[in-house]
Amino acid sequence: MPELPPALSGFWVTFRTQFQKVNTEQYPEQKDKFPPKPRFHGRHQLNRWADGLEKCVGCELCAWACPADAIYVQGADNSEAQRFSPGERYGRVYQINYLRCIFCGLCIEACPTRALTMTHEYELADNGREKVIFEKQDLLAPLREGMVPPPHAMVAGMDSHDYYMGKVTGATEQQREEVQHEEAQREEARRQDQGAAQ
Amino acid sequence: MGIEEKLPSGFLLTTVEGVAGYARKSSLWPATFGLACCAIEMMATGAGRFDLARFGMEVFRPSPRQADLMIVAGRVSQKMAPVLRQVYDQMPNPKWVISMGACASSGGMFNNYAVVQGVDHVVPVDIYLPGCPPRPEMLQDAIIKLHNEIQHMKMGANREAEVRELETAALAATPVTDMTGLLR
Repeated sequence: MPELPPALSGFWVTFRTQFQKVNTEQYPEQKDKFPPKPRFHGRHQLNRWADGLEKCVGCELCAWACPADAIYVQGADNSEAQRFSPGERYGRVYQINYLRCIFCGLCIEACPTRALTMTHEYELADNGREKVIFEKQDLLAPLREGMVPPPHAMVAGMDSHDYYMGKVTGATEQQREEVQHEEAQREEARRQDQGAAQ
Repeated sequence: MGIEEKLPSGFLLTTVEGVAGYARKSSLWPATFGLACCAIEMMATGAGRFDLARFGMEVFRPSPRQADLMIVAGRVSQKMAPVLRQVYDQMPNPKWVISMGACASSGGMFNNYAVVQGVDHVVPVDIYLPGCPPRPEMLQDAIIKLHNEIQHMKMGANREAEVRELETAALAATPVTDMTGLLR
């Protein structure tokens, strides 16, 4: 191509571009067409074992690793009546302040049980400071197939080591019955309260 | 006498509010307030790939008197705070503020004497956007959430009543320093 004068060569770029593919991501409409990269750091998630017990043991290593002091953990003891995780301790309070969090992933590296991982969810903006502090119930992973919500006992005949060895593959019939029994008891108590109120 | 007496009460004003809200949200003019790395993402959001022009706000006004949205992008130092306030004061009403990124929203990882621990100490913030820095989609999401707020904003006497109600609620709320236990 012959050399264009400098004033026109800029317009040549503009002219050429109109035949190229459109570069714009139509974000809210076609969000699924542009997913984040596999290793993207998004909102945190507190994972569960295959039977629904929580993986978090309340050790606070994530809070210690956090360079921005965004994580607040308070552990508590499991008892035979109320068991949330295999082993001795569980995280009773788990808060992440997303206004402090810098999504560096040091908490994920620090976690000894892989309880804390990151999802690809990134739409976190809100109109108040308190609303961006996520509590445990906001961070916990949803119950998948074969999981029952804690508190419930460990799989019969297994201890916390067997959980870490990956020997637990799902909730047993015994655990299901326990959870259903407690649910029925709570329902009964609610009905009695309502009856007393009336 | 007029048409408003024949219509159900409040009908005309809510329609005006809806139209005004639609007009306001569809042509926000952001003031340039990039302070740190978040500004790079803000510029990327304005550029072709993410294209803020789709929301009618591609021109970042360097003059606060022609702007009605301030996107505070980056950490605000103590020395910058009065400048930020002055730029905000120069903007004509109605005006909105997005606090973009962890540093602007709460100081982020810079919990020290040099950085303001959240721009809401200096100006009223409408949308807090986490992230370090937030990706352009996150900023667009924050802008869409702000659009939703602007669309439902009240006007005139309704707005004054709303402001009074909010102020009463804010005065009655427990200060953060007095919170104990899990709320800290």
